[in-house]
Parts: sequence; structure tokens; C-alpha cells
Amino acid sequence: MTTRSVRALSGALKPLFSPRSPQGYVVAVCHQTHKSTYTAPPARYGGRHTVTLIPGDGIGPELAKHVCELFRFCCVPVDFEVVNVDSTETSEDDINNAIMAIRRNGVALKGNIETNHNLPPSYKSRNSLLRTTLDLYASVMHCQSLPGVRTQHRNIDIITIRENTEGEYSSLEHENVPGVVESLKIITRTKSLRIADYAFRTAREKGRRRVTAVHKANIMKLGDGLFLECCKEVASGYPEITFDSMIVDNTTMQLVSRPQQFDVMVMPNLYGNVVSNVCAGLVGGPGLVPGANYGENYAVFETGTRNTGKSIANRNTANPTAMLLASCLLLDHLKLHGYASMIRKAILSTITDSRVRSHRCYMQYVGGIQLLLLRPALYFDITLNMSSPLCSSCTLLIWEVRAPHLKWSSPSWMQSRALDLAHRGTRNQMTVRLYL
Amino acid sequence: MAVILRGSLVTLFKSLVGSRCPQLASRPLSVSAGLCSPETPPARADATFKVTMVPGDGVGPELMTAVKEVFKAGDVPVEFEEFHMSEVQNMASKEKLEQVLTSMKSNKVAIKGKIHTPMEFKGELASYEMRLRRKLDLFANVVHVNSLPGYSTRHNNLDLVIIREQTEGEYSSLEHESVTGVIECLKIITREKSRRIAKFAFDYATKKGRNKVTAVHKANIMKLGDGLFLQSCAEVAQLYPKIKYENIIIDNCCMQLVQNPYQFDVLVMPNLYGNIIDNLAAGLVGGAGVVPGESYSAEYAVFETGARHPFAQAVGRNIANPTAMLLSAANMLRHLNLEYHSQMVSDAVKRVIKQGKVRTRDLGGYCTTTDFVHAVVENLRHRPIC
Repeated sequence: MTTRSVRALSGALKPLFSPRSPQGYVVAVCHQTHKSTYTAPPARYGGRHTVTLIPGDGIGPELAKHVCELFRFCCVPVDFEVVNVDSTETSEDDINNAIMAIRRNGVALKGNIETNHNLPPSYKSRNSLLRTTLDLYASVMHCQSLPGVRTQHRNIDIITIRENTEGEYSSLEHENVPGVVESLKIITRTKSLRIADYAFRTAREKGRRRVTAVHKANIMKLGDGLFLECCKEVASGYPEITFDSMIVDNTTMQLVSRPQQFDVMVMPNLYGNVVSNVCAGLVGGPGLVPGANYGENYAVFETGTRNTGKSIANRNTANPTAMLLASCLLLDHLKLHGYASMIRKAILSTITDSRVRSHRCYMQYVGGIQLLLLRPALYFDITLNMSSPLCSSCTLLIWEVRAPHLKWSSPSWMQSRALDLAHRGTRNQMTVRLYL
Repeated sequence: MAVILRGSLVTLFKSLVGSRCPQLASRPLSVSAGLCSPETPPARADATFKVTMVPGDGVGPELMTAVKEVFKAGDVPVEFEEFHMSEVQNMASKEKLEQVLTSMKSNKVAIKGKIHTPMEFKGELASYEMRLRRKLDLFANVVHVNSLPGYSTRHNNLDLVIIREQTEGEYSSLEHESVTGVIECLKIITREKSRRIAKFAFDYATKKGRNKVTAVHKANIMKLGDGLFLQSCAEVAQLYPKIKYENIIIDNCCMQLVQNPYQFDVLVMPNLYGNIIDNLAAGLVGGAGVVPGESYSAEYAVFETGARHPFAQAVGRNIANPTAMLLSAANMLRHLNLEYHSQMVSDAVKRVIKQGKVRTRDLGGYCTTTDFVHAVVENLRHRPIC
């Protein structure tokens, strides 16, 4: 009997049999036209997660390497599936591959991908394409003053939540008459309600008191008006959280003059872009703040301010804090809270330690993190800059913690010990593999 | 010790820092707000991993001794929690099973011999082996069939992976006598589990850089059951455009495997077919003694031999081949992030086989299990630096 005839039979039998009749049930289940939107469960087997890693452009690959190194050192049960996206190519194959990989794994860590402005308008930003295709509607950034980082303002603690898929980023632009371009900003009720609800839910989960909606409803009375209305509607369901709204121009002024007044901020796409960058700047710049994009099924983690840092690429001077903290958010998302808090603690201690500032030499920074971690690791590589006093003190600390039974006599002993293990890189740098 | 050291180190840092730059923020030091509970990292002492060990029946305990000896010689930082469970020796009970499960819950990783299942029916359809598998939801069994360099068989340089669904299908333990003299044995195939195993196979292929996944089925006869399995595989395959997807009927697959096994890369199949193909493929490269296997659920991983036989006739005769269990143990070390030790153990085993001087009886030699283990220990090129 062919499948078609079975289906025909089942159709014919359906009215005859009650829905609970075994024959009708079996046939009906097997040929059920299932939903085309099959979302695969995340790739997690034997407690190990597979996570998509998109290194991106500029400083992205360096930062990704640091994350991998740190995860290996801490024995984090995460394997990365690296997907490279070539930003110079005009075809969308690469980014589609990346999107497919995120669909498989559910979670990704991503560097920013360069967008070339000189290409034809049909060329869409890869980053925004990724967000809209996966429907990552909420972009969340938590800006908090870090001890040890000198900034203008203190005690800042703001969560910005930005609608990520519509608004000004709808990619709908056209020239109706020569010399006149219409660029459409789309605000929909569904998506506004969704982001507002997300904001209030987050506020409740994290025990926040106030949610501020940022808008420009005095000019865009219908578009932003709708957004504001949706926020108000959702706010009525959360009586314990105060809701207020602020116009975007005033918001930016308030942010730079008195940022402590803000708690959770929710806004449409473009305002979110501007406001979150202002906030990141307030707490110390693009290198410090992690960002997260959440959708119904997927989550993508990246640095808070989405820039590629092309000018400082390959110079070993980029501040990895943002990316490392983003990887902590990723671990939290995978419910590996233990690992996340361990790495986060190490990062914060390293920032606080004024001796290790990342703009000097980055490998020392990793060294700085490593010396605060106590994880089962049998050996690790450390690049030593033999002229730097910091390096020897770091190594000393690692040595004392890891191998307390061994006496550390002097760096020269170390050097001679290292020679048979190490390969010399540049003149005064060497990589040492320490077995513990 | 380690905790104390860590604490002192942190305080050292705090004191170093505290004096120089006073803390600027008044809120507690947490960048993601309050999401992460103050949960401690997985329970394990510094630098050692705990692993549950279930030696099982037959030569299982001997093989476990081999593993322990090699680990000891190689300074592998793994501690075993041993549980003896056996149905034939009346050492299996609900409490025992509970103990194993509790241990697994904290360790997440186990190494296991075969728990022998007696053929005769004593009122329980599901064996302890099956119960353990179901309780832990170990849905995927992976057998990586790899020719050992130095031991030549009819087909050399074989490298294929067999992935088997092992929680449903013919192993559902649902059998009944509807009319006297007529037994119905139910084979269950569900879409959810079929998709899950298919996704596992493709994820495995992606992770290991393989190019092709072949689904093995009998959908020409079991049009609905195996048809559903096949359909689920095809559906999942769409998510992996870079991996080739094919399907083959089980009978043909068996013939092709013995005739030209090189055409296959990763094979994925329901339960019973998997059992047969696992054994067939293990036979191609040297038998049950040389092929490692592993089972996965989302949470747990269990490492065992590829073809699971207790090999009861060899008990106490010191002739079992520990290669499979040692390679499996090496895979376990890799799973635990102990890349270096894993490499060390598997290299040593492979070197002994390649040299060909020390071989157990199943590979045509005259050596005992103990000889083999000693040879492996001698080949562990582990030179601690200090």
C-alpha cells in the first residue's frame, strides 16, 4: 500500500471512526503535516555544549581567541563551532551559513562584522540580517561602573533594552521622485508589546524598580505614540515597577549630566543604538561592556557597542573585557553559572588590579586572569615578556598557587627551566608551557 | 588546601588593591545583575575529576583494573567511584541502581562494563542495563570504528562512525501475548526521538569535521515506523547544508559494509539495526576487544566498549583484550577536557599494537591481559616536568 493510498484511506475513515479509534489515530499522526518552523533543540550532549563562534572582523578574531583560551583553561564544557563570515564578499552564502549554524546550536558568540557603505543598497548589513532572520528582538546591555576604571560619573547601573528588528532598521528606502528619498520607520503593535513585556519581565527578574521608555512621540505622534502606548499597557501588569517615559533628546542630556537617575530603559531601534552607546561611554568605553541579543529560541552574545575596532586590530592592544564578559553572559545563558561567576570574578579582580591594565600587553592580562583561577588544568601556556616585572610577578603567583610544594628560587632558574620547554619567539618574549 | 590558597590569594589582591584605589561603585561587584546565583562550580576537588565506574559482568572488572593501572601510571587526575551491579550474581537491586544514579548526577560521566542480561524471562521485561539507560536518558550510542595501524584485517584504514538510537524502537520492552500462542512485540518510533538522534548525528559530524551522514532503515517494509525515522532525518539534514545526506536499507547496508565499507562515513539508525551494525563493524577491524564506544544524553556521558559483551567464558583467564576499554577511557579523558592525558593513553595503546610484540589472543598473540597492560604502561611517554 503506498503512502498516498494510506492517506486517502485515513481521510475516508476519519468520519467513520471516532478520533480515538486506534487505526485512525496511527495514520493521522504519521502523516500529520508538521510545522515548517521546526526549532531544533540546542546541541548539548553529555553535558557539553556546542556554541557557534563568529569571529567577525577587526579585533574580533583576537578576542575570540582569548575567549577560547580562557575556556580551555577553566575546563568549561563548551565546544566552539567556528563560522567565518567574509565581509568583502557580496553573496549572502557566508552569513546564511552562520545563521544556519546558530539555528543548530541555539547560542552564539559573535564579533562584529564590517559593513561596507560603498556597496549597492541591496547589500544589507550582515549584523542586522542575522538579527532579523533569527528574530533576536531584544538587545540588552547592562552598563555598570566598574571599580578601578576612572570615569566622569560614578555609581552608574543602567540596563538598556532595545527593540532590534523593526523601526528605522526596516531596510525600506526608496526614491519616489528624483531627489526625494523615503525611508520607512515601522512600528508595530505586536513587536512593541513584545519588547515592553521583555523589559518589564527583566526588571522584575532582576529586582529593578523603574522602567523608562524613551521615545519621540511629540514629533512622531503615531509611530512612537504607538510604542509608548504599548509600554503603558504592559506597565499596568507590573504594579510594583514604576513606569515613566522620556523624550530621546532630553534623555541623552540627562544621561551625560545625571546618569544615576536611570534604572531600566526600553526603546525602539535607533534610539536604542544611540542611548546604549552613550551609556557604554559613561562607564568606560567600548572595550568594557558586554551585550546580548535574545529571541524566542536563540541568543547571540557580542560586545555591547558593535564596532569592529579595525584601527587597533592585530596590535595586541584591544581591551578584551567586553568580549570576556559577553562570554560570561553566554555561560549564564547555558546555566553554567558556576563557571560564569568564576570567570567574571577573575576579570573584575584583574581590572581592579591597577598593575594589569590591558592597554600594555594583552597576554599579561590573560596571565592576570589565570593567576586568579584555580581550575583543574595540567599545563598552560604563558607568554612571558622577560623585561616586564609584572610578568615575573604573575608567574610567581601562578607558581605558588599551582605548585606550592615546589620552591621558586629565582627568575633565572625559571628561565633555564623554561628553555627546554619553550620556543623563543621574538627577542625578549618566550612561551612557556607550565606543567603542574 | 586549594580553597584556602585561593582565599588567601583573593585577600592578597584585595589588600593590594584596596589601599591604592578605593572601590568606586557602591553596588555589589556583579556585572550581570543578580542572574547568577552564588552557585559553586561542579563538585570536584582541585585538579581531580570524579567518575562513576560500573565494572559490570564477565571481564568487565578485569578491564577496569587495566584502566585503573594505566591511569595510575600516567598520573591521570581522575578518581573513580565504583559500583558493582550484576543481574546474574544477584547484585542488582533498586537501591543499587539509585546509588549509581545519584553518583552519576554529581559526576555526569561514567565508565561502564556490560551488565549481563540473562535470556530467561523472570517477570521483568526491562533489564538493568536498559533501566539505567532509560533513567539517564542515554539516547545516543556512538561507536567509532577505526582500524588499528599495525593490526591488519581484510579492510584496512577503516574510519566510520555508527550512531544508534537506544531508548526506543524494538527495545521498548513492550511485549504481550494477545491470544494464546500469539505474541505482539511493539517497536516504537517517535518523531521527537528520531529528530533528536538525527540532530545528534549531524552535530557529531559537524564537530568531527565529517562530510556524510547515512541513515539506515527498513522503510520499504515498515513504511510508517521507519518511514517516520527517515523523514525526521531528512528534515534535520536541511539544517546542515554542508554535510551530505543519504539513506540506505539495512540489508543492503550490511552487504555493503563487508564488501566496501569505505563508502560510509557517519551512519545513523534506530535501535536494533544499530546493535547489529555495531557488532558487524567491530568485527571488521578486530572484534569486540578493540572498538571503543560511548553513550550520551543531554546531561550525561557513559563510556564503554563498542560491542557490548560480557565475554563470560574468559573470566579469570587473563586473556581479555583491554584495548577497547583503554581507548574508551582515553575518549572519556578528552570529554573531561584532559586533552593531554587522553592523547598520552591512546598513543600508548596504539604504539603497543603497532609494535606488534605484545598481543592478546584475540589478535593472534599469546600474551595475557596483564602483559598488555604492562606494555601500555611502559609506553606512556609521560614525563612530568618537575
